[in-house]
Formats: sequence, structure tokens, C-alpha cells
Amino acid sequence: MTSGQRRLLGVATAALVVSLSAACGSGGGNSTAQQSGAPAQSADAGAQQELSGQIKIDGSSTVGPLIQVASEAFGEEQPKVQVPVGTSGTGGGFEKFCAGETDISNASRPIKDEEKAACEAKGIKFAELTVATDALTVVVPKENTWATCLTVEQLKKMWEPAAEGKVKTWKDVDPKFPAEELKLFGPGTDSGTFDYFTDEINGEEGASRKDYSPSENDNDIVTGVAGAKGGLGYFGFTYYEENMDKLKALEIDSGKGCVAPSVENAQNGTYVPLSRPLYIYPSTTAVKRPEVAAFLDYLVGNIGTLAKEAKFIPLNAEQEAKLKSDVAALKTAG
Amino acid sequence: MAVLSTPRSAVQLAGQGRPLKEHLFRLMLLASLLIALGVLAVLLVYVVNRGWPRLDARLWENFPSIRRPDSSGVLSGITGTVWVVGLTALFALPTGVLAAVYLEEYADKTKWYNRLIELNISNLAAVPSIVYGILGLGIISRTMGLGPSVLTGALTLTLLVLPIVIIASREAIKAVPPSIREGSLALGATQWQTIWRQVLPASVPGIATGSILALSRAIGEAAPFMLLGAATLVRFNPDGLDSSFSVLPVQIYYLIAQSRPEFHVIAAAAIVILLAILLLMNSVAIWLRNRYQKRW
Repeated sequence: MTSGQRRLLGVATAALVVSLSAACGSGGGNSTAQQSGAPAQSADAGAQQELSGQIKIDGSSTVGPLIQVASEAFGEEQPKVQVPVGTSGTGGGFEKFCAGETDISNASRPIKDEEKAACEAKGIKFAELTVATDALTVVVPKENTWATCLTVEQLKKMWEPAAEGKVKTWKDVDPKFPAEELKLFGPGTDSGTFDYFTDEINGEEGASRKDYSPSENDNDIVTGVAGAKGGLGYFGFTYYEENMDKLKALEIDSGKGCVAPSVENAQNGTYVPLSRPLYIYPSTTAVKRPEVAAFLDYLVGNIGTLAKEAKFIPLNAEQEAKLKSDVAALKTAG
Repeated sequence: MAVLSTPRSAVQLAGQGRPLKEHLFRLMLLASLLIALGVLAVLLVYVVNRGWPRLDARLWENFPSIRRPDSSGVLSGITGTVWVVGLTALFALPTGVLAAVYLEEYADKTKWYNRLIELNISNLAAVPSIVYGILGLGIISRTMGLGPSVLTGALTLTLLVLPIVIIASREAIKAVPPSIREGSLALGATQWQTIWRQVLPASVPGIATGSILALSRAIGEAAPFMLLGAATLVRFNPDGLDSSFSVLPVQIYYLIAQSRPEFHVIAAAAIVILLAILLLMNSVAIWLRNRYQKRW
């Protein structure tokens, strides 16, 4: 080996070591033991006490932003508790949750029977908590002057599997509409939003026409709908709120007149059938850990402000009371 | 002799009376080059332009924040990438180089199993990264029980880059002229001494270049991490092999999916960072090759 080459090897090794130790060093401020060694204390005292540990959360990308806001705000009170939040989708989240990889799973639909079975097989018990409300919003571009309100039947006519290749223009939906080409955008099949919409509108979960543009990224749906005169798409209320300047939300008529998607209508239960509860599923074993209990307490105690900050539709008083009693029951049941 | 008195270079000769076809071919080659460079230039200008307002220290000093887009950064993505790719280099380089030494210097190429191994390595180099993600999730994360940790991510990336490192190292070792080996052996060196003192040092530039290019590929991977469960909002740096983590490409994916447009600007700025790291690594590869290249 020539001296030059020896030097080269030395430099390469040194660079590697430095970069690795730099990573360790900068992590030092936040480093904690992975497991909390502290014995469980009552959670009301726990709010003041400094906790540590890690709470792994994954699941719905619709619920994600709310829990991420909670994770961040909680981190300011308990800087030593790490709360990474993933957004693999409701189905992907349950898959990890029932494999025992996460402590809390976010979901925009209730857990399915086969997912329950997977959890049972692994001995994972959980509770279902409703943390916010969502109004699934059907949107069209601003240029759409003909539609302001659609009935559930009309939506079904657009989205049902039988519509595939047949319902191509707005005129095919209702003769009063112009013969503008109907361009459909929606979430992909891994999404809880897709499951919920197909269940409520087409009458069967997962049944949908397939010739629409699916995307896991709701911004694609925003861009797609806004860019096509005959476009129509659906997603959670938050994305509509952020894009009100580009999109028009349609009112939905389920037989009792047209109702617009809004905070009030979703809270008082008149926006049917597209308003839906959003859930988190904490594992009962995880709740026994003081940091998880503290996180749930924080979430429940500040649920109204957190929802507002994340631009979610907050629970109504009745639902909030139920959430509080559910969490209290969950902690004592453990 | 009259011909020799007016010597003309081959280039001059070729330039005379060059047929139209040849001109067209040259233009086509140039156009292909311009398309490749043009796409890169457009991409760079677009991303830098979009990300410019956020291309400052906030980006690499702060953790991602969904509550305060103004001070949100991608620090955890950068440190996660350094951890994962650093560990990948640590695992993949020695293994890959040793495998290449075996295949080039020891393996008997007339034996069917050695040829099978070679064929497999070439095939593995072309397997899409998402497949390695599934493998990592199924075997490393679940069966071996390592979970969605830094170590799982690094081992999965190791599998991904190993075939490329092996192929690059083999090419480098192959390029060492046989006369060097024969000279060393003739002077009484053992096979191992020949490899360690002559062949490997001579092939270091090639090995280093190939490895850096392989690691550059690894740095830009998002697909396997989506499967492995790299979390999207991580407000801490990895603090050990079993720590949760995120990487830069996953952060970019997550930022683009946010509803607030402020985050899309941060995504563009993070893309600039990722491109800068890639260009830097590729430049080091080129510099290494030029600096230490040996000619016989």
C-alpha cells in the first residue's frame, strides 16, 4: 500500500467516524433510555413529573395531523418523551399495530373484523376513542356553475362500480347538467377515506368504479379537480379548508334537503351520510406505561384547542364527555 | 513519399467531405446530451426557485413542526439519513469488497455454483428497492424482531447496495493488470500478500468510486422506508441502533402531502439539500478517481 493510499483510507475512516459521532452528539440533548424504568405513578401526578420513553404512533393520514399537533405540544411539556407519528394509512397502521410495533393506531374508520382477529392472534387488546369529527367533502372546481348540491343517489351514480366506462359526462348523472366530461379524483384503496365513502355512497365498503385517478396525496386531488372543468373529487374537510380559493364544496342531500359541509353541520350530525368520527386505538398494555397515560391525558384534556389548531372539526360537548369517561375507564381497567 | 510529406491527422482526414449522415448523427448525440443536462438544469432551477425562501439555517437546525411551519425544519431527516447511510457504508463496504475479492481472486469460474452466485448478484443489482423494503419488513423487522429501527433501515439498505458494491469492486479488481499479480507472486509473495499489498491498493479508486455511487443511490431511497415504517413526524435525533428515525426522502414525501402550502416550500428546500448531498458525493467520487487513478 502506498503512503497516499494509506492516507486515503485513513481519511475515509475518519470521515465516517466523525459523521457518526456527530449524529450521536447532536442527538444527545434528546437522548433518553428507550424504556421507562420509573414505576407507574398515578397519571394526575404524572403531569408534573418528568417522564421519558417512546410512544410509537402510526395510521391514518387524515387523523395524522391532529395527533402530530398533539405530539408536538405534548413534547413541550414532556421533552424527554419521544412521540414519532407515522402516516401509513388506516390499514397500514392497523397492520403495524396488530404486529405489536406501535402503541397507538390512528384510524379514519372503525377497525375491521379481520384486523381485530389479527390483533387477537397476537394478544393485543385495545380501546376505541373518538377524537374528532370529519366532514368528507365533495369538491368541484370554482368554474363549475351548474352543480351546488348532489343527492346521495347522484353520487352513487358517479362512483358505483356499474358506472365504470358508462357515466362519462355530467349529463349522464343528471340530464339538467351540461355534457361536460366528468373527471373523477379520489383517494387510493389503502385509505380509510376510500373505505368510508364507498361504504356510505355505494353501499359496500371498497366497491368503487376503477376508472378514476386515485392518489394517496390529497394535494394531487386538489390540483386535479382545480385543473379540470368537469372535475370532481372527495377528501377530508381540512384539505377543503386550505383550498377554499380554488375549490367549491358541494352540498349533500340525503333525502332531508341540501346540507353544506361545515363545522356546525358535522358537529350537530345533520351532514349525513358523509360526516364521520375519527379514531385512535391505544393498546391497553401501552396505556399502563406512565408516558402513554400522560399523553392520552394531555390529548383528552386539550382536545378542543388541539383540534382547532390542526383545523379539525372538534367533538361536540356530548362526544367530548364520552371521550373523557372512555379514557378514565381505560386507565382503571388496565 | 509524396503522401508522407504532407502529413494530415486522422481528424482532419475525417473532416473532409464528411457525409451528411455523419453530421446528423453528431447532432443527435449532442441533442441527447442536452436533453439529459437540460432536465437536470430545469429541475435545479425550479426547486431552488420554489425552496429559496426557506433555504436557510431554519431548515437544518430545527425539527419538523406541524404547529409552526415558519420554524419547521428537517433536522431529524438529515441526522436519520446520516445514521442509516453511515451504518450502511459500515456494513456494505467490507462485505462487498471481500465478496468481490473472493469472486475475482479465489473462485473457480469453471464450477457451476460460482457462476450461479455471479448470476444472482447481477440479478440482485436490478431488483427494485421496494422489494428490498418488503424483505426488510418481513425478515429483518418482523422475523428477526428488530422493529422499525435505525438498524433495520441500515441492514435493508445494505442488502440494496451490496450487489452494486460487489460489481463495482470486481470491475476495479479486474482492471489491475495480471502482470502486477504475477510479479508479486514471482517475488515470493503469498496470494494473500499479493491481494492485500498489490491488488487492493491499486483498485481502491475504483472501489471507492463505485461504493460512493452505490451509497448515493441509497441516500435517495424512500420506498423501502415507507414499508419499514419510518415515521413521518420525528422530533428527535436517532440516539441508538434501536431508535425510531426518519430519512430525508421520507420527510420530503410527507411535506408534499401536507395541506398547508408553507410546507411545500420546505419540501422544495429539502430537495435542494438532498440534491446538494448527492452532487457532493458524486464529486468526491470523481475527485477520488482522478486523484488516485493509476496507469500502467
